[in-house]
Amino acid sequence: MNRLNHLFATRKTNLLSIYYTAGYPEINTTVDIAAALEKAGADFLEIGFPYSDPVADGPTIQHSSQQALDNGMTLNVLFEQLKELRKRVTIPVLLMGYVNPIVQYGVERFCKKAAEAGVDGIIVPDLPMYEYESMYADFFRDNNLSNIFLVTPQTSPERIRKIDELSDSFIYLLSSSSITGGSLNVSDNIAAYYTRVKAMGLKNPTIIGFGISDNATFTKACQYASGAIVGSKFVQLLAEENFMDKIPGFIKSIRG
Amino acid sequence: MKYGVNEQGYYGDFGGAYVPEMLYPNVEELRQRYLTIISDPDFKAEFDQLLKDYVGRPSPLYFAKRYSEKYGANIFLKREDLNHTGSHKINNAIGQILLARRLGKKRIIAETGAGQHGVATATVCALMGIECVVYMGEIDMARQAPNVSRMKMLGAKVVPATSGSKTLKDATNEAMRDWIANPVDTHYIIGSVVGPYPYPDMVARFQSIISFETRKQLLEHTGKELPEYVMACVGGGSNAMGMFYHFLDDESVKLIAVEAAGKGVDSGHSAATTFLGKEGVLHGSRTILMQTDDGQVVEPYSISAGLDYPGIGPQHAHLYKINRAQYASVTDDEALQAGLLCCQLEGIIPAIESAHALAQLDKMKFKKDDNVVVCLSGRGDKDLDTYIKYFNY
Repeated sequence: MNRLNHLFATRKTNLLSIYYTAGYPEINTTVDIAAALEKAGADFLEIGFPYSDPVADGPTIQHSSQQALDNGMTLNVLFEQLKELRKRVTIPVLLMGYVNPIVQYGVERFCKKAAEAGVDGIIVPDLPMYEYESMYADFFRDNNLSNIFLVTPQTSPERIRKIDELSDSFIYLLSSSSITGGSLNVSDNIAAYYTRVKAMGLKNPTIIGFGISDNATFTKACQYASGAIVGSKFVQLLAEENFMDKIPGFIKSIRG
Repeated sequence: MKYGVNEQGYYGDFGGAYVPEMLYPNVEELRQRYLTIISDPDFKAEFDQLLKDYVGRPSPLYFAKRYSEKYGANIFLKREDLNHTGSHKINNAIGQILLARRLGKKRIIAETGAGQHGVATATVCALMGIECVVYMGEIDMARQAPNVSRMKMLGAKVVPATSGSKTLKDATNEAMRDWIANPVDTHYIIGSVVGPYPYPDMVARFQSIISFETRKQLLEHTGKELPEYVMACVGGGSNAMGMFYHFLDDESVKLIAVEAAGKGVDSGHSAATTFLGKEGVLHGSRTILMQTDDGQVVEPYSISAGLDYPGIGPQHAHLYKINRAQYASVTDDEALQAGLLCCQLEGIIPAIESAHALAQLDKMKFKKDDNVVVCLSGRGDKDLDTYIKYFNY
């Protein structure tokens, strides 16, 4: 059981996760930001490792990724930072990134290093279920890492069942079919989709992401799921001056 | 087909559909329906009719007499440059627009490098009265300005890709982001044999008309269906795959693919993917791509916008790995000189992309009776500025 499994075993509502890009705005800000987020009351963290061609991301996270790469962020640098991070941070940590850097690093080696550095789960948006199941799942399991799958309003019920089977901590529910950085607009269609997924009685809890940017959207998401993830909005904050001082206020503004 | 795709969308180690969940339903819909749709007699009849009456097919297989004398073999040029819109790209665009209509899609998006695929897509959208948005790298928009104007005249909206290298790879990223945001009503017409399965197979099938015709035409010219050599340039690799397709299973036919070396394979300014790349994942498929040790995609370089791409299609990666095709590389200078030679020997101004394939002729060792087919994938009108600057005309 990793920290993520433990969190979801004990808490089912109003969970808040924050996404940010490792090595942004500066190469060495990764650990301090994590510590500040935990102190401010974030429940778990999603740390993005940058990729040159992030097709599922909007301009904000594209920019942070490019800046992080320019700052010299690599997986090896990140794993060193995560060891430091684990001396100061106890909440669950997920890594989020694209499949090519993992393939280059070696999937088995990546999983081993991530586990050693205290990572609890991985989100790889462009790693398909077939490839995960047939080639990579054992490496994840052997290292006690949760693989987090995404579900969109277009995902079929059969596929959601299959995803539920392969998941062991939570399912990432996209608020709409979009890239990151949009705004959550809970239309009747989307509400019906949340309700439909909720009614499926999945074994895993769900967390809603993409378009969560303030207390209104967070509260709305928590009506349908165990919590929500804030990404682009937080990454925008990191571009401001004295952003470290603003983190507690930011978390408070989301939680309300 | 021995070298074809398997049920999971793989060619040996390469292929697959590495797409975010947001694109899964789109790609899955295509996977389930493309073979049924394109093998339907009505579809085939409409496709063939348009290729004949609108595109002007079959494109000639021209016996290039002066080239043949120069290189000491029988050199034939497959004249895709004579197609409507000026390149082979129209073959695939016609196929995909007919498919999109049968899928009930109301809006078309595309990426383009040299602008040839963008023009072809804008053309078929005008033909069918469907909304068209083309993503094009900001740098490519500047160096292929006439094609940008063409697309606008044809009613397409051209959106500049301003991230990364501002070329074809970034235009592809932007098109994928658009597709993620518009999953239900939009079809993405990918212009090359790249992208998630089933695109590499689907585009190869639409382009296979090139080698289908070539076999028949060669029989008429020489009394033999099979040449000794078939040659084509490779960016993503769609004209090459179309040119190779019906020769793949005939192992006696040597397949030569020519990549863009830019300023030289080791100059740091190159797009010679098989020479510089490693296995990985790019734009939805497992293939060979130019990347750093950390798996970041390297920004490629070629004077030819259509070859300025850091990967190759997964079927090419497979043919390369198992040695079914040979991959060569040609520099900017060699390609431009070969383009000029083609003008002066044969009276044909080739696209700089196609000039890469022609430049390779000079490096081959042919026997006297060898029959050699080179795919002249596009015409050079769009490249006049580049030629003029280079040769000071």
